[in-house]
Amino acid sequence: MTAETLIASLQLSVPELILAVGAMALLMIGVFSSERSAPTVTGLAVAVLIIAGLWLVLKTGEGEAYGGAFLSDPFSKFMKVLALIGSITVMVMTVGHARSAQIDRFEFPVLLVLATLGMLLMISSNDLISLYLSLELQSLALYVVAAINRDSVRSTEAGLKYFVLGALSSGMLLYGMSLVYGFTGHTGFDEIAAALTAEGRSLGLVFGLVFILAGLAFKISAVPFHMWTPDVYEGAPTPVTAFFAAAPKVAAMAILVRLVINAFEPVVADWQQIVVFISIASMLLGAFAAIGQRNIKRLMAYSSIGHMGYALVGLAAGSMAGVRGVLIYMLIYMVMTLGTFACILAMRRKDGEHVEGIDDLAGLSQTNPFMATVLTILMFSLAGIPPLAGFFAKYFVFVAAIEAHLYALAVIGVLASVVGAYYYLRVIKVMWFDEAKGEFARTAGELRLVFGLSGLFVLGYVLIGGPLGNAAEAAARSFF
Amino acid sequence: MTDWPVLSAVTFMPLVGVLLLLLTREDSAYGRRNILNVSLLTTIFTFLVSLYIWYQFDPANPGFQMVEKKEWLGTGISYHLGIDGISVLFVPLTAFLMPFCVLASWVTIEKRLKEYMIAFLILETLMIGVFVSLDLILFYVFFEAGLIPMFIIIGVWGGRDRVYASYKFFLYTLLGSVLMLLAMMAMYWQAGTTDITELLAYNFPREMQTWLWLAFFASFAVKMPMWPVHTWLPDAHVQAPTAGSVILAGILLKLGGYGFLRFSLPMFPLASDLFGPLVYTLSIIAIIYTSLVAMMQTDIKKLIAYSSVAHMGYVTMGTFAANVQGVQGAIFQMLSHGIVSGALFLCVGVVYDRLHTREISAYGGLVNNMPKYAVAFMVFTMANVGLPGTSGFIGEVLTLVGVFRVNTWVALFATSGVILSAAYALWLYRRVIFGALEKESLKALLDLSAREKLILYPLVILTLFFGVYPAPVFDATAASVDLLVNNYAAALQAAQNVALSVQ
Repeated sequence: MTAETLIASLQLSVPELILAVGAMALLMIGVFSSERSAPTVTGLAVAVLIIAGLWLVLKTGEGEAYGGAFLSDPFSKFMKVLALIGSITVMVMTVGHARSAQIDRFEFPVLLVLATLGMLLMISSNDLISLYLSLELQSLALYVVAAINRDSVRSTEAGLKYFVLGALSSGMLLYGMSLVYGFTGHTGFDEIAAALTAEGRSLGLVFGLVFILAGLAFKISAVPFHMWTPDVYEGAPTPVTAFFAAAPKVAAMAILVRLVINAFEPVVADWQQIVVFISIASMLLGAFAAIGQRNIKRLMAYSSIGHMGYALVGLAAGSMAGVRGVLIYMLIYMVMTLGTFACILAMRRKDGEHVEGIDDLAGLSQTNPFMATVLTILMFSLAGIPPLAGFFAKYFVFVAAIEAHLYALAVIGVLASVVGAYYYLRVIKVMWFDEAKGEFARTAGELRLVFGLSGLFVLGYVLIGGPLGNAAEAAARSFF
Repeated sequence: MTDWPVLSAVTFMPLVGVLLLLLTREDSAYGRRNILNVSLLTTIFTFLVSLYIWYQFDPANPGFQMVEKKEWLGTGISYHLGIDGISVLFVPLTAFLMPFCVLASWVTIEKRLKEYMIAFLILETLMIGVFVSLDLILFYVFFEAGLIPMFIIIGVWGGRDRVYASYKFFLYTLLGSVLMLLAMMAMYWQAGTTDITELLAYNFPREMQTWLWLAFFASFAVKMPMWPVHTWLPDAHVQAPTAGSVILAGILLKLGGYGFLRFSLPMFPLASDLFGPLVYTLSIIAIIYTSLVAMMQTDIKKLIAYSSVAHMGYVTMGTFAANVQGVQGAIFQMLSHGIVSGALFLCVGVVYDRLHTREISAYGGLVNNMPKYAVAFMVFTMANVGLPGTSGFIGEVLTLVGVFRVNTWVALFATSGVILSAAYALWLYRRVIFGALEKESLKALLDLSAREKLILYPLVILTLFFGVYPAPVFDATAASVDLLVNNYAAALQAAQNVALSVQ
């Protein structure tokens, strides 16, 4: 590697470098300053993320770096912006909340920055090795974050569960990668695709493909690798859950799209049926299993499983329209999820106790009309009712599925969305139809800002959907 | 004046009222009055604009008028509005009923009046949007979004079993509609556009028409509602507040009939021809069976709800007769039913406000102390029966004539429904209005107040006016209906020619 190519590579990965150096600097600040450094470090972490994001949008070019292991293209930019927005939002939400959730340690923002770094690298990785390394960087940070409330049994249990199952999935992923490497002789995505085109596929490669898909399905919590989701969502402190639900899913979905559309494009028939199966199973489980839930965080866990199923509908189509649909879906999903979790964080009784039961929302439309209205809009949007953003998210993936003649997938998907509407309606019913039992404490300003913006986005998507759709289209064009 | 986006104006004008309402406060009598005034003025003003649209509408032109078109969401979805003879009258109908809904809620809605009015105004925007949109996806957005405010209206301000009724209403209609959404996606994929004007000119393959027709039927049949998917309607009607019932019966049920006329008949003529007998059968069952069911009801609102199902049977029957009389009759029947059934629910609201019961057995002899009410109720009952001289007669007769030209047996069975409707409606009238005034609770009831007169008298006049002089309606619809029917016949003829040439 000559000096020029190295400098060119470094230039393409400046946002990641900012995060890496920033995380280390933050760690030093945290270690060498007093006990109460957490708010400062959080603020600086947000600044680091914002600087990285600005650099990404304004200054980063496009091209391959580090010998093809790292790729910067419109698709990666789109997804990275999403991941960064997700991370920044969650950090902003934790500012006023860290003390009461007992996560007011400076390690928390540092770990989130490291996890975000992992995500950005993962979104850009164009090689099995860089994919695995970045995935592990992200996962290791997340394992610790899940258990960050050391004094809570539920939090440590969630962390342990996430770690054990995550390690298993990493193992499967690695095993699959070694098979793919063994049967194609390459680790680079482009080289794998070339080898598959030239030589055709072998049975061993299909095994490898299945293992890789299983490993990544774990990361996006798609059925049948979803078992960790409800427990971890419920057990982890709520800000951590909000983080899990948003940015890592975006990153994992991004790499899944890149992997199957790029590396395994020649064997589309093989992975398509797997994705169709995972998609149908996730949509159905997400719809039916959520019906009986009483805890809103568990409900959101099943809801996210279902939503990953819908996003995979677009991927199953395997077309330009499908990838475009996935991008829009992840964007809208992330905004809705962050808004919903901001509302969940705001569920705090006057005595400071946090509650998580759906029934605790009773009569919210009378005690806190603004939050109730926003949460209602978000729930209708999650259910996919027009004219809200969630409808358009579903529309674009299903259009792609119809175009790809996946009629059964589309029909099952929309029927599952009707079942899913039932439990979203229950949240709305509790807020509007039931009598108030108690009032929540005053909502912190930053939470109001987050769910207010989220509600505004969901409501105003009909006005801004055109430009966003064009951006997603430009990003999807990276592959075709 | 042609550049002025008058359809957008009439569609989104209620939202301006919503913005104003957001600025008001409900905590005093003064604030309450403000809310009511803002809502009333908004709806009246919207109605005036809709009248202007009717006035500007050129009845000689069978195509779409006052068209607005803008790029919207990319991928071919556009913001495309326009009206033709089929849709033009539904806009004034919607806007006309809304002020009555506000007036009907003047004193009866005691809690959360502001949210109530906001929900109604949003609903008005969405309903008008359905009738004026000329893009499949835009249509679907308006069509489905109406569920949200209606769900809240039934659930928050409804009766005792409101939660069950609101869920049933929401999930039932959503289930039907998502299948239609898939069909719309398939149409987009096949024709490459979601523009209704272009799709009207597109010939879908025969095989595909069958599936698309079934998917659209799933949605519109639930919305109409047709037997056997009508069961959500009685629940929703009984539980909804008076104004909610008026909108439900007056407008929301018409969305299904409008959908048949806008999509099923002109876009899938071969499938419409194929499934015609199915629709006739379901319509006849609806007319006869639900009339019998209506006769046995003990709840006034439920009785009227079932009679609505029966009346919608005439609409579907006339629509799929697919000749000028049938389609004209179907449109007229929908408009007339919108006014008459809305008025009947308002009549029920009048006595419900006084006695807080909808049981028929709780009433009797009201003619003695409420003569004005008895007269108004009689006019609407007669219109519901389809007595000549009321608007109900014209729609029923035309649909029957239309279907008679296609199938005598269907007409025969359907006509028996007229007798049955007379039976349940007159029996209801006798039990509520006539007889001796014996029940203690009824003796103190006062006749119509000024507000109630303001609600009911215009509707009485309109019912009688369209009963004797229906020409304004037919003038507006004639050209578009002719075009629709001719295109339909031409499509069938062309398909037959192809089949013959193959043989």
